[in-house]
Amino acid sequence: MSDTEHPPTPESEPPDRKIGVDQWVAQADDRRQKATGLGGRIAHIWRILPPAGKLALLTPAIVVPFLGISNGNLFNYGIFILIYALLALGLNVVLGFAGLLDLGYVAFFGFGAYIYAFLSSAHSEKGHVYAHHWDAQYSIPVAVAICALLGLFLGSSSRRLLGDYLAIVTLFFGQAFVVFTNAADPYGITNGSNGLANIDPLTFFGGHLTIHTTRGYYWFLLAVVMLMLVVLHFLSESRTGRAWKASREDPLAAEQMGIPVNRIKIMAFSFGAGIAGLAGSIFAAVQTGAFPQNFGTAVLILIYAVVILGGTGSLTGMIVGSIVIIASNQALDSTSPPNQARVLFYAVLIAAVLLTMKTWPKRIAALLGAAVFGLVLHAIVGAVWSNGTNGQVTSGGFLTGVIKHWVLMPVHPHRLAIWGYLLLIVCVVVLVNLKGWWRILVLVPTLSLTAFVWENLMILQPAVTRAVLFGLLLIAVMTIRPQGLFGSAKVEIV
Amino acid sequence: MSETTRAQLKGLAGLAVILACWTVYAVYFSPTQGWTFYLQLTVNGIILGSVYALIALGYTMVYGILKLLNFAHGDVFMVGAFIAFGVLTLLGGAYNPAIPAGAGGALIVLCMFAAAMLGSGVLGVTIERFAYRPLRNAPRIAPLISALGVAFFLENSMLLLFGSGFRTYNGFDLISYNGIHLGGANGVFIQYLGLMVIVSSVALMVALIALVRWTQLGRAMRAVSFDREASAMMGIDIDRVIAATFFIGSALAGAAGVMFGLLYSQVYHLMGFFAGLKGFTAAVVGGIGSIPGAMLGGLLVGLVESWAQGYLNGNVADLVVFGILIAVMLIRPRGLFGTPELQKV
Repeated sequence: MSDTEHPPTPESEPPDRKIGVDQWVAQADDRRQKATGLGGRIAHIWRILPPAGKLALLTPAIVVPFLGISNGNLFNYGIFILIYALLALGLNVVLGFAGLLDLGYVAFFGFGAYIYAFLSSAHSEKGHVYAHHWDAQYSIPVAVAICALLGLFLGSSSRRLLGDYLAIVTLFFGQAFVVFTNAADPYGITNGSNGLANIDPLTFFGGHLTIHTTRGYYWFLLAVVMLMLVVLHFLSESRTGRAWKASREDPLAAEQMGIPVNRIKIMAFSFGAGIAGLAGSIFAAVQTGAFPQNFGTAVLILIYAVVILGGTGSLTGMIVGSIVIIASNQALDSTSPPNQARVLFYAVLIAAVLLTMKTWPKRIAALLGAAVFGLVLHAIVGAVWSNGTNGQVTSGGFLTGVIKHWVLMPVHPHRLAIWGYLLLIVCVVVLVNLKGWWRILVLVPTLSLTAFVWENLMILQPAVTRAVLFGLLLIAVMTIRPQGLFGSAKVEIV
Repeated sequence: MSETTRAQLKGLAGLAVILACWTVYAVYFSPTQGWTFYLQLTVNGIILGSVYALIALGYTMVYGILKLLNFAHGDVFMVGAFIAFGVLTLLGGAYNPAIPAGAGGALIVLCMFAAAMLGSGVLGVTIERFAYRPLRNAPRIAPLISALGVAFFLENSMLLLFGSGFRTYNGFDLISYNGIHLGGANGVFIQYLGLMVIVSSVALMVALIALVRWTQLGRAMRAVSFDREASAMMGIDIDRVIAATFFIGSALAGAAGVMFGLLYSQVYHLMGFFAGLKGFTAAVVGGIGSIPGAMLGGLLVGLVESWAQGYLNGNVADLVVFGILIAVMLIRPRGLFGTPELQKV
């Protein structure tokens, strides 16, 4: 390049460009904003909305549905959504900002709960008497600090390890926590699988302020989550937050720019552990107990599902992901009415069909085809083999009639349902590999088969079903849309 | 002698010294002295270790070629054990009077192995196709999360289909539970079943080494693990080679699942988790990416577990194995046979 050529003039760039976003990345941003359709427009509006506006729009979404709700539902939905939102915000620092795969995250949640239980409860186990009754303004910070220190310790012990090895070390840490609290604890301080019960409610300032109702916990948690959102927003824009993102994108380049990569990674790890400890201590107070089964692999997968669906790195995503995942998780609980789960399942199924088929004729063909196919199959099987359609519908509610005439309900479904499940996996595998109208041809019987498996196998074990579905969700989100709902797509620099 | 060989020899020498010290302590100074006890535990450890080595081979092959920790590998092992259980049930079980004792039992076991290896192999290829292939150029963390999803999906699918109970491999008659006594009735006892496990896993490993070293596919696998892009430019079909790697690794895991089921005579949906973690430990101890390392690592993990069970107690055995994993990762992250990773800029 000769000296006479001018560099691109600064005037040609829009003045509101963010610092640290170079021209190439900015262009990629512009390209992305050209997404069309209703979804694209909403996404665009959401992107240009200032953070305060996002908060103002999100708050009613969490608050309004829970204003007139019964206490039981408020506990099952409102409080769990907020607890997991808090957990997701913490994991987001580790996984989203710093890009570390922490599979022992749930252990810090457990540590928080148990530390709170030790400090603020009164009971004796095997000769040990605890009657500390610390106020929450002391015990919660202590729990958070201990968790953060543990995170610091675990993070720095695995400092030399590559990303994958960190995942395994933390996975082992999480398992060790569960094994220890469950059985291997030699002194009985964690009371094994029975856990610790009768923990104090949140008591501040010597009893001047006590939170012990479900509704009180809900507002308290809401305040904590909002505060955490604001803190994390400023943190992610701060020097440290930018350093985290830089070292996530390219540790080598970040190191060259003078960022102490190892140190800030450990810092992120410790920060996330602290937030998990906070969530754990509040959780222990809410359910007035700490039990080892609350901190197992299933919970870990749930937190990951929230973070991955919401979109790693996005604060909005954590809240929305938590609402979607935890609401479906609770609806699929074995104590919930099965019909609730059924409606949710069919809604998701229809939405999946609408999303995978790109044009309206195909969508209508698929859904109508499935309806007709089910009826015809039911009529044929009913004529040939009457035991194949005379089974019992599990608490069908207002859908009983539809199910009875559309889904095959054998009298002894168990063995058939197992084969149906295996066949369904094969069908889905085939389906993904087909294109165009062939896909619809296979999709129609697959939908019928899905309904068959759901009615005869899955609805009987909703708690296992949701675990299967969350496993699938992780795979599906990762392969179809790795940035989740609200994350920003990675700009590939080749 | 190259730098790498020297480092490996140093590692092996250190290992030999540690093992020798341990043997002297266990035989002459520990509370339960004597050669018989020690040798009996060693034999058990070698049997267990050959199963772990088979699992570790799958981890190490996939890591070598994709640089991916396949968290789902332990669950492929579990599915293999379940497939063999299905075959056993389908053929009427070990007590089926239609099958003559002896040769008939051996035939059933052969069928179980074939079905489990084929089924797990196909499962492995399917997992690769759907959960890992779309993410091949994604950030390193994406396939790990996807693998986590696969593991969770497989475990809970089995729970959904077959419940949480233990299924017994009623294989007591398949292969005799008798064995050889070395050194008299109070000497070391080796089950025929254990011998079968050792012999068949050694045979599988020899076959694998031959395949990797002397066939065209093996050469392609080594090339792809060395440099994927360059081997693509040389005309190697990357997708096919990776799929083949997954098939072989998963088939070995399936075989290991059958052996595990026969040894402990039960299968259940969570058996893959801890066995998978131990296989992974074996792969890391041996140096992940190295095939002889995985074999040696598997043997070591089996021995350590068996010794810990004998000299300490059963509950602590797992913790000892994982303690060793952490120690190896901190002291010698590339394991016994691993080569130090050079980061290209």
